[in-house]
Amino acid sequence: MIRKASTHINQNEGTIFEHSRPGRTGYSLPDLDVEAIPIPSIIDPKLLRDDDLAGLPEVSEVDVIRHYTRLSTWNYAVDLGMYPLGSCTMKYNPKLNERVARFDGFSASHPYTPDALAQGNLELIRELEAALAEITGLEAVSLQPAAGAQGEMAGLMVIRKCLETRGDARRIVLIPDSAHGTNPASAAICGYQVKTIKSDSHGAIDIDNLRQIASKDVAALMLTNPSTLGMFEENIEEICRIVHDAGGFVYMDGANMNALVGVTRPGDMGVDVIHLNLHKTFSTPHGGGGPGAGPIAVTAELAPFLPYPRVIEEINERGEQVLRLDFNRPQSIGRVRAFCGNFSVLIRALCYILTLGPTGLREATETAVLNANYLAHHLKEEYEIAIAGKPMHEVIFSDKRQQKFDVHTLDIAKRLIDYGFHPMTIYFPLVVAGAMMIEPTESEGREELDLFIDAMRSIAQEIREHPELVKSAPHNTRIGRLDEAAAARKPVLRWKRQ
Amino acid sequence: MRYISNSAQERQAMLREMGRQSVSELFSGIPDNLQLKSLLKLPGPFSETATLNYFRSIAERNTTRITGDRMISFLGAGAYDHFIPTIIDTLISRAEFYTSYTPYQPEISQGTLQVIFEFQSMICELTGMDVANASLYDGSSATAEAVLMAERVTKRSKVALAGNLHPEYREVVDTYIRNAGIKEITLPYHERTGALDHRSLAELGDDIAAVVIQSPNFFGGIEDIEAIAQSVHKLGALLIVVVAEGMSLGLLRAPGQAGADIVCGEAQSFGIPLSFGGSYCGFFAVREQFQRQIPGRLAGLTRDQAGRSGYVLTLATREQHIRREKATSNICTNQGLYALMATIYLATMGRSGLREAAEQNAQKASYAARQISEINGYSIRFTGPFFNEFVILCPKPAHLVLESLKKKKIIGGLPLSRFFPEMKKELLLCVTETISRVEIDALVNALQNSE
Repeated sequence: MIRKASTHINQNEGTIFEHSRPGRTGYSLPDLDVEAIPIPSIIDPKLLRDDDLAGLPEVSEVDVIRHYTRLSTWNYAVDLGMYPLGSCTMKYNPKLNERVARFDGFSASHPYTPDALAQGNLELIRELEAALAEITGLEAVSLQPAAGAQGEMAGLMVIRKCLETRGDARRIVLIPDSAHGTNPASAAICGYQVKTIKSDSHGAIDIDNLRQIASKDVAALMLTNPSTLGMFEENIEEICRIVHDAGGFVYMDGANMNALVGVTRPGDMGVDVIHLNLHKTFSTPHGGGGPGAGPIAVTAELAPFLPYPRVIEEINERGEQVLRLDFNRPQSIGRVRAFCGNFSVLIRALCYILTLGPTGLREATETAVLNANYLAHHLKEEYEIAIAGKPMHEVIFSDKRQQKFDVHTLDIAKRLIDYGFHPMTIYFPLVVAGAMMIEPTESEGREELDLFIDAMRSIAQEIREHPELVKSAPHNTRIGRLDEAAAARKPVLRWKRQ
Repeated sequence: MRYISNSAQERQAMLREMGRQSVSELFSGIPDNLQLKSLLKLPGPFSETATLNYFRSIAERNTTRITGDRMISFLGAGAYDHFIPTIIDTLISRAEFYTSYTPYQPEISQGTLQVIFEFQSMICELTGMDVANASLYDGSSATAEAVLMAERVTKRSKVALAGNLHPEYREVVDTYIRNAGIKEITLPYHERTGALDHRSLAELGDDIAAVVIQSPNFFGGIEDIEAIAQSVHKLGALLIVVVAEGMSLGLLRAPGQAGADIVCGEAQSFGIPLSFGGSYCGFFAVREQFQRQIPGRLAGLTRDQAGRSGYVLTLATREQHIRREKATSNICTNQGLYALMATIYLATMGRSGLREAAEQNAQKASYAARQISEINGYSIRFTGPFFNEFVILCPKPAHLVLESLKKKKIIGGLPLSRFFPEMKKELLLCVTETISRVEIDALVNALQNSE
């Protein structure tokens, strides 16, 4: 077993506050070029800080670079290797996207720039909306939601507003037990009561059950397709029909769109609203937890209720065709975010779509599904496939066969780190005990997939022969498993001077 | 396709190994009538060169200081043009930061986790609060989350929002609370000072969950938070202080020290580019007694079995992936990388740099206001103290003033009629440290000569 000595500073980097030394600076500002007048003569001293910002560090530029570069080396990253997090779609983040998003014309553009001086931004919004409408097979798109969960909230609000306009207030949103936790949380913010529906033995929606509960009080069914079990809802058209017949709407969580782009379209299935995670399917970086973007696409019927502003085309006084932000949307749900959404993420997503084009998008989907099936094929001898069926872009195993050695999913995940991989998504979906959800994405080449298969097989063997080795993993990291219970019991959430 | 590693031959070999003939077999779970028979109607694929050219051309159609018609801008109003140290982009361009996921596996995410911990600490220092979260989407949604939290904490369902709160923040609050059974009322601002009219607080009852104020307010004015806090606390309500211009915290008294219960807002001023309004970085800080009601992620310090310290995401039982519909918020993905940008900014500027930058804002804005107030027909609309924004009253409709400034390559601020229809002659101007005296003087000259 390898033991780390942990003596070098780059393994024991303190916080930036501990680097602070009085008098150090890391910035340069131009000299003040107007007459300085005493601040207390323009702002009442009782409104001014009196702590002299003592809590902020005093460090040099070199200190800052070293500190954050060292911290960065403690992270795993897509650019280091496969990141097989199921439902997270950790695909390669193209460098060209990063470059174009930094163009001055975008990055220095103020959100209140008059429309005539921001035609490039408005064109970008319109182009991306059009592309996402085509990809989803739906009529209209709002790019405003800042992430998937905000898209869910906005989408459900659009449904609610439409129903209210019809004079048909409904109280219930149906959500499968396999859904992501944001689904019920978003429904709750929209004032809906959540009714959980059980998946059938294949992880699909039980049609007969749905027929019984799709009452006049159901505003929407929220489903993920492919489901969080990685399988396409084969009865999706029938599901949509049942919900529509009862006067409700179908909301699709687009977290798993990487399995579908260019192959099939939610709008064609009968879905009324979908959100897309641009930071999953459309290659924008996860950034250690964001920013993302969660555009929603809706049917023509729901389009009037989308958040404002909307980009529209009109003819200006000189007879030229121009774009403008339209705020006059009387039926709109309002705003879910200031300005026009996470614009810098939108630039990257359009860059990805144009780079791939229709052929590349389809090729990406096919390869993502192929890679997942390849892993399923080579790992099913060692690990229990959670639910039989036709996996698409991800495959879910359980720890059923490893439990007899008292080794569990968490241990397998941690041991995978020693083999140089980020763990898969674990214990989700909740309907699978000890779930291990693996999504390789199209980015991974065969050697990387084979290395992963070797690692998983090797771990299975270790479990049989040396279970303790797996149970005490990881061994090759700077630190071992952390005491999460202690962190929650007595929270230390900030640095404080001793 | 260059982002897909496996060649067509390799893919074929993999399929054969799996006993499959073609990739279409893998899609047999999708009913045939739903499968597209033709390609999507989309442009592309474009070569790298063609893609660059396309984005260059549309970026150039935007007017900024350095692109399009190249104009100087005095726009602020929730998005601020501040100096951005070069090293921010250097550091966030490290793949270990921007291509990593949410730090759910702490052993290989200590970099991100420690950054969050530092971000939380810095936000606490600046706001004078005890606990800050790992970020929210932006200042507007952070304000909405604060209102929802106040309802949970006080079990009261009415909020009072200052009339000089950023109108878009107000609109976002409206959207978030509409279906949550929360009622809202508006507190008027003082006609002369532009600050919250404190008399309106006296009329509030004990059914109010929270009073939401913004300081500096939407007109740039600095609110007397301490006086407001006293009135609000007498009602048993929470005081939510919104900070849309983070830079002001370098100079102004920390809202927490003045009695705020929740301080939330926008960290865009800390090294984040304007980028047409996003991505930005919402922050959210509370008193310790409310830490289990806070929305969003939190990083906390703990130890491994060998006693080495490390960080984990903690108090997760508040969050949607555990609590589902009973969670404190539906937020999952936040603004991680942009919280890193703010953290690097605050470290780089540090104790003296943030102070210096903030003072330059106040000095330059004060200089600009003094100069403009001397122009015949122009005046400063409100009398209260301000930070780096102020409202000018023009002798004619603001849009005419803007038209004439445009000819001089100046974007002369935000016409307030956009949000306050009665303010036809008012412009909201912002002067940051990036505006030079020469540029301020050019604005003053252009206003002088616009008659």
